[in-house]
Amino acid sequence: MVTTAPTRLVYQRPTTLSDTPNSYCPGCTHGVAHRLVAEVLDEMDVRGRTIGVAPVGCSVFAYNYFDFDFVEAAHGRAPAMATGIKRVLPDRIVFTYQGDGDMASIGMGEIMHAAGRGENITVIFINNAIYGMTGGQMAPTTLPGQKTTSSPTGRDVEVAGFPLHMAELLSNMEGSGYVVRRSLHDPKNIRLAKKAIRTAFEAQVRGLGFSMVELLSSCPTNWGLTPKDALTWIEERMVLVYPLGDYKVSPSLANLRF
Amino acid sequence: MAEAAIRAGVEAYFGYPITPQTELLEWMAARMPELGRTFLQAESEVAAINMVYGAACTGARVMSSSSSPGVSLMMEGLSYIAGTELPVVLVDVVRGGPGLGNIAPSQGDYYQIVKGGGHGDYFPIVLAPSNVQEAIDLMVLSFDLAEKYRSLVFVMADGNVGQIMEPAELPPFQPLKTQYPDWAVRGAENREKHILSSIYIKPEDEEVTNYRLLERWHEIESNELRYKEYFLDDAEIVVIGFGTAGRVAFSAVRAARAQGIRVGLLRPITLRPFPSAQIAELSKTAKALLVVEMNSGQMLDDVQLAVAGHAPVDFYGRMGGMVPYQDEILAEIVRMAGEDIPLEGDPRRRWAQRVNYGRNGIK
Repeated sequence: MVTTAPTRLVYQRPTTLSDTPNSYCPGCTHGVAHRLVAEVLDEMDVRGRTIGVAPVGCSVFAYNYFDFDFVEAAHGRAPAMATGIKRVLPDRIVFTYQGDGDMASIGMGEIMHAAGRGENITVIFINNAIYGMTGGQMAPTTLPGQKTTSSPTGRDVEVAGFPLHMAELLSNMEGSGYVVRRSLHDPKNIRLAKKAIRTAFEAQVRGLGFSMVELLSSCPTNWGLTPKDALTWIEERMVLVYPLGDYKVSPSLANLRF
Repeated sequence: MAEAAIRAGVEAYFGYPITPQTELLEWMAARMPELGRTFLQAESEVAAINMVYGAACTGARVMSSSSSPGVSLMMEGLSYIAGTELPVVLVDVVRGGPGLGNIAPSQGDYYQIVKGGGHGDYFPIVLAPSNVQEAIDLMVLSFDLAEKYRSLVFVMADGNVGQIMEPAELPPFQPLKTQYPDWAVRGAENREKHILSSIYIKPEDEEVTNYRLLERWHEIESNELRYKEYFLDDAEIVVIGFGTAGRVAFSAVRAARAQGIRVGLLRPITLRPFPSAQIAELSKTAKALLVVEMNSGQMLDDVQLAVAGHAPVDFYGRMGGMVPYQDEILAEIVRMAGEDIPLEGDPRRRWAQRVNYGRNGIK
C-alpha cells in the first residue's frame, strides 16, 4: 500500500508580486525588498486600496513587479506625487519606493517636507550607497573613502562632504510617526526588515503620520563585489556608518505584534 | 479665476505663493477646505506640480497656478504630466523677466508656454483671456478641454488680467465628479492593476505615444480654435494682439476707426491652436498687419509664419512689465495708414529702431 505524505505549501510568490522577470542584477537586494513589501501587503489584505509610487533609479520599473495600482514619478518627486494621491484619496494606502540618489539627493526637499507635514504615507528607502542605474556614481550616502566612478580615488569628505543619515534626519521631523533603519544582509535582519515594513504600513493605516523604513542594501555590480561579499560589506562597513535601529516610533505602535 | 475653478468642480489645488498670482492661492486656501476639497501649499513649485501630477493620476479635477519664475520650476513636472497624458490645468499669470524680473504684467512667457511646457515632443492647449469675464469663462472651459483630450491646458494670463477688478458673472456651481475615467489609479479593487507612467523605454513605443499625442493634437486643432474678430470686414490694417495687449489694441482700433482709418483687430483666444489660417486669409487683402505684444515679439513669429510674406508685417511691443497705452498703438496705426510698410526686412528690428527704448528712455 502506497501512502502519500501530506503536502504543506511553505513558500510561494506573494499575490501582490507580479510573475514578471525583473531587471535587477544577480545578488541585488531590491528583489528581497520587493518581496517583503508584497508579503506585508498580502498579509494586510490591502491590494485593492494600495497605490505605489515608483522612483527614478534601478527600481524605476518597480510598477512592473507589483500587482496593484502604481504610478511613476519624476526623479526625487515621489513624495510629492504620493502627497497628491493621498490628499485626494485619504483612505488608500500610498507608498513610495525610493533609492538613495532619488530620495536623499535630488528629492531632499520633497522628502523632508512630506515628513514635516506628517504626510500619511509610507516610504521604503533603499540605501545602497551608490547610484546603480547610471553605473555606480557617488551617492549622498556613499561612505567616506568609498570608490565610485565619480569618486575614483574614494569619497574625499573634504571635497564631497559626508554621508547623509536619512533615518536620523527624518526622525527629527515632528510629522514622523515611524522611522527606522534595517538591513537586508542576512535572514535575521531580513525578518526584522519585514516587521518594520509591516509596522510602517500599520502606522499609515492608523493615521500616525509619515513612516519610513531605510533598508541597507547591496549593489554587487557597482561595488565590484560578489553577491556574498557584498552582503558582508553591508554587515562590516555600512552598518558602522548607518546604525540599525528605531529612530522614531509613535507610542501608539509600541505594542503592535506581528 | 479661483472661484470659477471651484464652480467648475476642481477637487484639488496645490500651489506656492508668487506675485502676481498669490490671490488665487489665498482664495483656494479659504474656499477649498470649507467645501471639503483639497488645498495644500507646497514647499516649492517643483513639489506643487508633482502633487498635481499625483492627484491627476486619480482622475480628479486638479490645478495649480503660478507666475513666470515659478512656472519655469514646474516645467519638468508639466512634461511628465503631458507624457502620462493626464488632464491638468495650470494658470500662468505672466510677469516681467527674464530672471527675477519684476511683478508687473508681461507676455514674455509666450515661448515658454506656447512652444514649450518642458522637454519632449507634445503640444499643450493655451488659452489667453483679456479680461476678467473671459478669464472666468476660460477657467471653466480649461477643465473640460483638459479632460476631453487628456491634455495639459495652460491659462496664460498676464499680470494685468491677474490683478484687475471689474464686474463679471460667475458660472453656476457644477456638481463634483462621481465617475472617474477608466485609466485612473484609485486602487485595483476587483480589477487588473493600472499603471500611469511617462516611460516608454523602447523608442518604437515612444514613437507610437508621440503619434497618439500628435493625432490628438490634430483633433484639438480642428475643434478648439478660438479667436475674436473686430472691424475686420473692410480692414486695410489688421492688428493682432492677445490678452491685455489685445484689449488695449481694441481701444486703439476704435479710436483709429473714429478717425476714419480702416483698421480691425484679430484677438487670438487660443494661442495654441493658433489662428494661422485666419491670419493667412487676412493677409491676402490687408495692406499691412500690426502685431502688438507685451514682449519683444514672440507671437510675431507665428504671425509671420501664417502671413508667409503675402503682406507686410509690423510689430509694436512693450517689454519688462510695461503695458502699452492706447495712444501708443493708435500712433502706430496712424503711421501705418500713412506710409508703405516694406514687405522685406525684420519687423522686430524696425520696431526696435523706431522706439529706441534704450537710448532715449521710455516714451
